[in-house]
Amino acid sequence: MIERYIEQVSTFAGDIDGLITLIAVVVGFWFVLVEVVFLGIVVVFRQKPGVKAAYITGEEKHQKRWIGIPHELVLLCDVLIIIAAVRVWVNVKQTMPPAQETVRIIGQQWAWSFVHPGPDGKLDTADDIKTVDELHVLVNTNYHFKLEARDVLHSFSVPVFRLKQDAIPGRVITGWFKAKSTGTHDIQCAEICGIGHGLMPARIIIETPVEHAAWMASQSATASAR
Amino acid sequence: MRPIATTRSATGIPTGRLAVWWVIASEIVIFGGLLGSYIMHRIGHPEFGGYAAHTNTVAGAFNTFVLLTSSLSAVLAHKAAEAKDGPKAFKFLWLTFLGGLVFLTVKSFEWHHEISEGFTITRNAFWSFYYCAAGLHACHIIGGMIIMAIISFDVKQNKELQRVELIGLYWHFVDVVWIFLFPLLYIAK
Amino acid sequence: MSTSAGAAEHAHEHAQHPEHSHEGGHDAGHHEGHDHGSFWSTYVFSVDHKMIAKQYMFTGMLMGLIGGFFSYVFRMQLAYPGFHVPGFGVVSPGEYNALITNHGTIMIFWLAMPVLIAAFGNYLIPLMLGCDDMVFPRINRLSYQIFLISALVLIASWFVPGGGFGGAWTAYPPLSAKSQYNLTPLGSTMWVLAVGLEFVAFLLGGINFVTTAMNSRAPGMKMFDIPMVVWMIVIASILFMGSVGPLVAGAVMLVFDQTIGTGFFDPVRGGDPILWQHLFWFFGHPEVYVVLLPAVGIVAEIITVFSRKKLFAYKTVLYTALGTGVLSFFVWAHHQFVAGIDPRMANVFTATTVLISIPIAEMMFVYVATLYGGSIRLATPMLWALAFIGEFIIGGVTGIFLGSSGSDIYFHDTYFVLAHFHYTFVPIAVIAVFAGVTYWYPKMFGRMLNETLGKIHFWGTVIPFNGIFIPLFITGMGGDHRRIYNYNNFPDLARPDLQHMRQFATVSLLVLLAFQIPFFINFFLSMKKGRLAGNNPWQANTLEWQTVSPPPHGNFAELPNCYRGPYEYSAPDRESDYWPQNEPS
Repeated sequence: MIERYIEQVSTFAGDIDGLITLIAVVVGFWFVLVEVVFLGIVVVFRQKPGVKAAYITGEEKHQKRWIGIPHELVLLCDVLIIIAAVRVWVNVKQTMPPAQETVRIIGQQWAWSFVHPGPDGKLDTADDIKTVDELHVLVNTNYHFKLEARDVLHSFSVPVFRLKQDAIPGRVITGWFKAKSTGTHDIQCAEICGIGHGLMPARIIIETPVEHAAWMASQSATASAR
Repeated sequence: MRPIATTRSATGIPTGRLAVWWVIASEIVIFGGLLGSYIMHRIGHPEFGGYAAHTNTVAGAFNTFVLLTSSLSAVLAHKAAEAKDGPKAFKFLWLTFLGGLVFLTVKSFEWHHEISEGFTITRNAFWSFYYCAAGLHACHIIGGMIIMAIISFDVKQNKELQRVELIGLYWHFVDVVWIFLFPLLYIAK
Repeated sequence: MSTSAGAAEHAHEHAQHPEHSHEGGHDAGHHEGHDHGSFWSTYVFSVDHKMIAKQYMFTGMLMGLIGGFFSYVFRMQLAYPGFHVPGFGVVSPGEYNALITNHGTIMIFWLAMPVLIAAFGNYLIPLMLGCDDMVFPRINRLSYQIFLISALVLIASWFVPGGGFGGAWTAYPPLSAKSQYNLTPLGSTMWVLAVGLEFVAFLLGGINFVTTAMNSRAPGMKMFDIPMVVWMIVIASILFMGSVGPLVAGAVMLVFDQTIGTGFFDPVRGGDPILWQHLFWFFGHPEVYVVLLPAVGIVAEIITVFSRKKLFAYKTVLYTALGTGVLSFFVWAHHQFVAGIDPRMANVFTATTVLISIPIAEMMFVYVATLYGGSIRLATPMLWALAFIGEFIIGGVTGIFLGSSGSDIYFHDTYFVLAHFHYTFVPIAVIAVFAGVTYWYPKMFGRMLNETLGKIHFWGTVIPFNGIFIPLFITGMGGDHRRIYNYNNFPDLARPDLQHMRQFATVSLLVLLAFQIPFFINFFLSMKKGRLAGNNPWQANTLEWQTVSPPPHGNFAELPNCYRGPYEYSAPDRESDYWPQNEPS
């Protein structure tokens, strides 16, 4: 149901949206059931002249059944949801497909810096391309990112990827994504980081290999011109 | 006059003692949180052991002895109060007070020495924890001493004798906290 | 004081002379010798639990109004960015952060806690247990005084150089720990001090509540004869005591980091910023249940009285509350799934978090079952109580999306989270509070509230409440992150469809705030002009209704005995459909 409001651009976006739909169906069922029963009871059992309320302790077995059975069904639904949630989580956050490209992402007050590996495909070499508020990635490529923070907590969030990871000063956190279509989308900071928190919009530009090579060439040209 | 509520005892435990137990329970989680955080850091940072080597274990051990002795005098004060001997309880309370005073004196020498060697609270996380945990404990010692001094004069006149037991409970708790602090901060190297 | 045998009869006799009985409260000579009714000793330095309850209630309401005003200012900014907000002006990013931070802090620590726990706890516990006061009246007074100071420190923090703290109510370091990052050197320290003082106030109050409930019950009142709301407040107080300690230690650490430059949360010197998150949420999640439990307790009292039904499975309700309390200590890291904790931990916390739905769902089932077969009267307090059940379920089910680690990757820190917890906190801190206030108002002030104004206020609050937060669920699904002061800076979020949602929410808020006016008119006018309530206008069983309204200092002319449980409504073979707890069989 999320895809109605925002595109799915990463390979795991569909898994996460599927989980959300599953939960929506399960809890939606319970929600409608309980509200209908609840409102129905309120309507049916309005005060009527001369009719006394029933005396039900709720302590006897046949009475407790009325909450005991729903209770067990809720447990069943819970187990279903837990299994589905853990499966998606393990897929997105715990297992990492081997990297084809690696980028470094650095949050600071109040901008995102990105270090692209450059033509040689390796980080921390002379041809690294550094950008601010603009991340260029290849479509259909497994990316690992090394997430760092310079000052306070930030959170690297790409809503169209359904990806979110906090950046913590003093740590390097590795994660992954794989874009499945080209385009330009928002990167947002999802953890309050001071007065400029609302002012650190960055863009992720997903490119075909041809576009990406052209962009890299233009970057190297400006670098050598300096 | 106390409200009638205070004199009731549905549990069979006098209200004052029950309340002190709840105070201690809420204090346990405060110290528990602090020490838990410290232990997590200690496991994650083996270098803390090296910093701990700069603490004065002998002074710490002496202070442990002093506190344990003062707990004994708190017990004796309680015993005297049970026997309705206010003046005797008064004496033991002040003996306990003296124990606290000795503890604080030794502590202040220790800290003076450490600070003069440059191990201040801002040096790193170990010293931050060291001063914070021991300082919070010292505040409890001071608080206990003040309460003891205040109640001792009523006790001397055989009034409010149950308070001797209550302050004693609290004092034992402060003592037990130190029993945890001492090995964690001084010995675990 | 008279010594007539039955407390109920005596109370009845007093009901004929409410003015007299009120006066009687001040010279209740058998009790506190120093209370001779001077202004200061009656209203300011009172040790009477009922006056302290009112002090908490009015302070909480006042703070709630401030918090409501803040929400008005920042919602206006979000709907109409850069607009000159009437009564405030143009909102700068720093001011926006301070507004949202203090809105959250106020609503939880200075509205929900003081009103639900302290005001209702103070008012109800001694009355419902049938005793004359709290066990430690002076500690009770001290608790309020510390609370008042904490509120004043918080208010003062908005006016110091640099302005109020703006690092969100969660105050994650390093942002909260270093003034070069948060730019509010004084505001952030005063914020932590205020919260710390507030904790001390509630620890003192909680010890009083728990001890009173354990020791001072009326003779004959057994464990399962205690009204549910008292149980809930006591369990909540114990939860609070058990969870707040680490955060008290954390607050000390944070203040030291801010002021003298210690390194608890500084990674360069061996500290760890994540530590604060653990300390905060170890408290923060039980805190949700600390405010929830009194609310469901209030609802239990009201639905039984207004459906003339015995509470369905009393012990089950109690055990679900205890179960929720215990489980709530093992769920905290669901706030930190993507915060950099070990990802394997997330699986454990997903399981515990989703499982907490079981006791809570069961509690809701019990309430629905209680209504079954009842004789339901839709008076204003009952409307509020029913609205609590209906709306809280929405908050409950949307929590499942966030407790499941997989879907939380997307929803974490979006407006979906915000809408979810407002669907829990508004039913708790607004709907249940209004339920309690309208229900116990006759006891507190001796007069009835106006039903018409009450119903206008009810519908004018509940309908716009949904109008605020349903759109915010949708903007959250559309990717709106929290705590961003202007979405126009983000191309994907500047879409008109999302902006219309934000404007709809803001307009709904304005309607909701406007409909609070009938409440305040009703509240203050009825104190003077309302119909006299008598002792027991709702024909309820619990002991607070068996004395005069308002009860004098000392509560009961003669302390009652207890003969049965609190929910014996419509008992078979009885003419009357209620059976007061103190009425001998």
